[in-house]
Amino acid sequence: MSEQPGRSVKEAVARGIAARYRKERLFRALGLGALLIGLGFLAFFFYTLIGNGYTALGQTRILLDVDLAEEVIDPEGARDPEILAAADYQRLVREALNRLFPDVTARAQLRELYSMVSPGAGFELRERVRDDPSVIGTTHSLWLLADDDVDVIVKGHVDRALPQDQRRTSDQELEWLAALEAQDRVDIQLNRYFFTAGASTDPELAGIWSATVGSFFMLLVTLTLAFPLGVATAIYLEEFASRNRWTDLIEVNINNLAAVPSIVYGLLGLAVFINAFGLPRSAPLVGGLVLSLMTLPVIIIASRAALTAVPPSIREAALGVGASKMQMVLHHVLPLAMPGMLTGTIIGMARALGESAPLLMIGMVAFIVDIPESPLDPSTALPVQVYLWADSPERAFVERTSAAILVLLVFLLVMNATAILLRKRFERRY
Amino acid sequence: MASSTLLIAIAALAILGYYVGRRRAIAVAVGTSVRAFHSLPGYHGGYVALWCALPVVALVALWVVVEPTLLRSAVLDGLPPEMQELPSQQLGLVYNDIRNVVEGNIAATNADSVIAAAAERYSALRTTSRNLLAAAVLVLGLTGLGWAFYRVRPDFRARNRVERTIEFLFIGASMVAILTTVGIFLSVLFEAVRFFQQVSPLDFLFGLTWSPQTAIRADQVGSSGAFGAVPLFTGTLLISGIAMFVAVPVGLMSAIYLAEYANARVRSYAKPLLEVLAGIPTVVYGYFAALTVGPFLRGFGESIGLTVASESALGAGLVMGIMIIPFVSSLSDDVITAVPQALRDGSYGLGATRSETIRNVVLPAALPGIVGAVLLAVSRAIGETMIVVMAAGLAANLTANPFEAVTTVTVQIVTQLVGDQEFDSPRTLVAFALGLVLFVVTLVLNVIALHVVRRYREQYE
Repeated sequence: MSEQPGRSVKEAVARGIAARYRKERLFRALGLGALLIGLGFLAFFFYTLIGNGYTALGQTRILLDVDLAEEVIDPEGARDPEILAAADYQRLVREALNRLFPDVTARAQLRELYSMVSPGAGFELRERVRDDPSVIGTTHSLWLLADDDVDVIVKGHVDRALPQDQRRTSDQELEWLAALEAQDRVDIQLNRYFFTAGASTDPELAGIWSATVGSFFMLLVTLTLAFPLGVATAIYLEEFASRNRWTDLIEVNINNLAAVPSIVYGLLGLAVFINAFGLPRSAPLVGGLVLSLMTLPVIIIASRAALTAVPPSIREAALGVGASKMQMVLHHVLPLAMPGMLTGTIIGMARALGESAPLLMIGMVAFIVDIPESPLDPSTALPVQVYLWADSPERAFVERTSAAILVLLVFLLVMNATAILLRKRFERRY
Repeated sequence: MASSTLLIAIAALAILGYYVGRRRAIAVAVGTSVRAFHSLPGYHGGYVALWCALPVVALVALWVVVEPTLLRSAVLDGLPPEMQELPSQQLGLVYNDIRNVVEGNIAATNADSVIAAAAERYSALRTTSRNLLAAAVLVLGLTGLGWAFYRVRPDFRARNRVERTIEFLFIGASMVAILTTVGIFLSVLFEAVRFFQQVSPLDFLFGLTWSPQTAIRADQVGSSGAFGAVPLFTGTLLISGIAMFVAVPVGLMSAIYLAEYANARVRSYAKPLLEVLAGIPTVVYGYFAALTVGPFLRGFGESIGLTVASESALGAGLVMGIMIIPFVSSLSDDVITAVPQALRDGSYGLGATRSETIRNVVLPAALPGIVGAVLLAVSRAIGETMIVVMAAGLAANLTANPFEAVTTVTVQIVTQLVGDQEFDSPRTLVAFALGLVLFVVTLVLNVIALHVVRRYREQYE
């Protein structure tokens, strides 16, 4: 009788155990599934980006026999650079196309034919003549830039079998393209504009360089402002300030600033830097100011962590041999904390590089063709360029958007990898 | 460019001061006993350099603030009397014209003769002012240098002075954080108050219609514009809600798996990889939401007979949820790992399985921390901008249907402020009122979250 309840409990447990183990496995599978969902999205992102983006490295070009006729470029033969620069080079391209397709004569058809070559082809001819005026009057076989509508067809982004009203190229153009391909006059070559040009309405002439330079100037401003300020604040709070209401207030402030939505910083930049101080709109200087206020809390928090990691024995030793407090901090604690501070700074800068919302507020969504030369020139930033391109309707911008994102991600990867290396290399265990 | 020359000149002056002071200290020390010197030569150098640079920097800052006002009044005084009698707003326009001519934004040939003459006066005055400033900088810097130079004596406590100054610089730097908060709050508040002078706060907070575009002519339909922000608030909540619906289960379960089940190897790879999701710029998520997820959802909806807007709340919310996963998972992971092992061991000792231990012991113990993590994630979702700007659209629908397009607070801030702005119309100012709401809400959420997290931490320490 005394064993009976014990046995029944045992039996009850044994009966339930299979169900409990099943639940256990289910729970574990759920956890693994959640993790895989997260990682799966990451993989999907990179797969899509690389799949969409790598084709932007190439650009379709068409081989044309261009007669650099003197009567078009420089009728007076004076070789005056101004006249050479102003000549109608696109006409040379048109004539080259005419020679290839002599039976096309109707005006509308001619316009279609001419639209297969990018307006950038003329610029390329101009550059060639400017670099070497002696080519005038000779005929060259040149790979000229194709229009983006042709480009997407050649790369296979737009199916040739689609009905005509669903693509931007006509059946006639496809026929010409096929004729050109039959003569081996169509090829995909390295897309140098993508890395060297600024914004353009023609996708084949658009590039990320001006946005990259704008981002660089912005980060430069951010670094010169946020790093010294952040480190100085961290040193003050960690080493000098006595704990009182005032320092508590500063601390609470810093923690809250780290979580303020970035767009609010944009409002601050607009109201204070642009409206009150009268700084120019669209300038990397203003962008850098806004981003440094945004990055400051990140740097301060990381720097404080780096300072607390320095053991008190180092401070005591310095004080013990007669260093003043400032000497103890500047000569001994700061050098030891510096790698940690730099790591935090790089991570903060990486975040600043990827930020775009506040830049929209201060007018950095401009259409910038020229490469900015100083932090005061109007410019845009890499993530903003991505935003602008993502909004563009042309199919050829899809691959460029993905490629620009990849470039941005490479920058971020390099910065974060540097931070991790720095931490690994200088990490000390006391 | 002139300002950078000035900066270089000040830096050069300071460096000169440093070397002069240091050499002077060494020279004096050689003449007397070295041991009698209180401070090292470098500190004397630093002291002289500070005396060179700090007064000059203060002077330049003052000049930058005062110069435009003085220039303006001087130039406007020179205008013919009939122009001076213009109302102040028109006078401001005239002054802008003058400045534009000087900056070369308007060709001087197109401007009329009065403006051109004023522009000439302006640039002449500005040149004089710059020259004066350069001279003043030089004089003040050299005076400071000379004064500090004669204070280099063995018993002079240069180190203490220099260290005090550096400490004040540190204190000044820490003020920037406070100034930023105050600056954000005041600038947003100031513009928001201007908005509330034109539109009542009650209409703004509780109005149900949002159509901020004011007509150009007063007699057009809807000329007043409607600034009821409730559709924006519900839109924001809807999208954030969808995002949390994705992020909380996925993030929490990943954190549980990583903290309780995964071995060290898996953990060391999976955790940083998951955190990469937080490092991807938000504009990239926006691109995905707009170009991949949006069309996919619409196609999927069509195939099962649902009408899904191409800019649906669902698409934006899903993608935002993915972005937020690491915020939930890494904070939850921290709090779950912080639960003492003794609690788990006690539970195992009573015969509980792992999942039972997690559900009945670990999670309740970690709950405050998890709640804090979720609150932080919510504030992140509410303030997120790029994803919704690119994927959520502008239609201010008052709806709870995730398949429809909604708009959010952040989208409307961006929309009202991108492009040409007029800073006296409620159309532009409403962005600041929305910004104020956003700032206050996220601030409150953060304060609560930090408070909850902190209280929880104290429990086990």
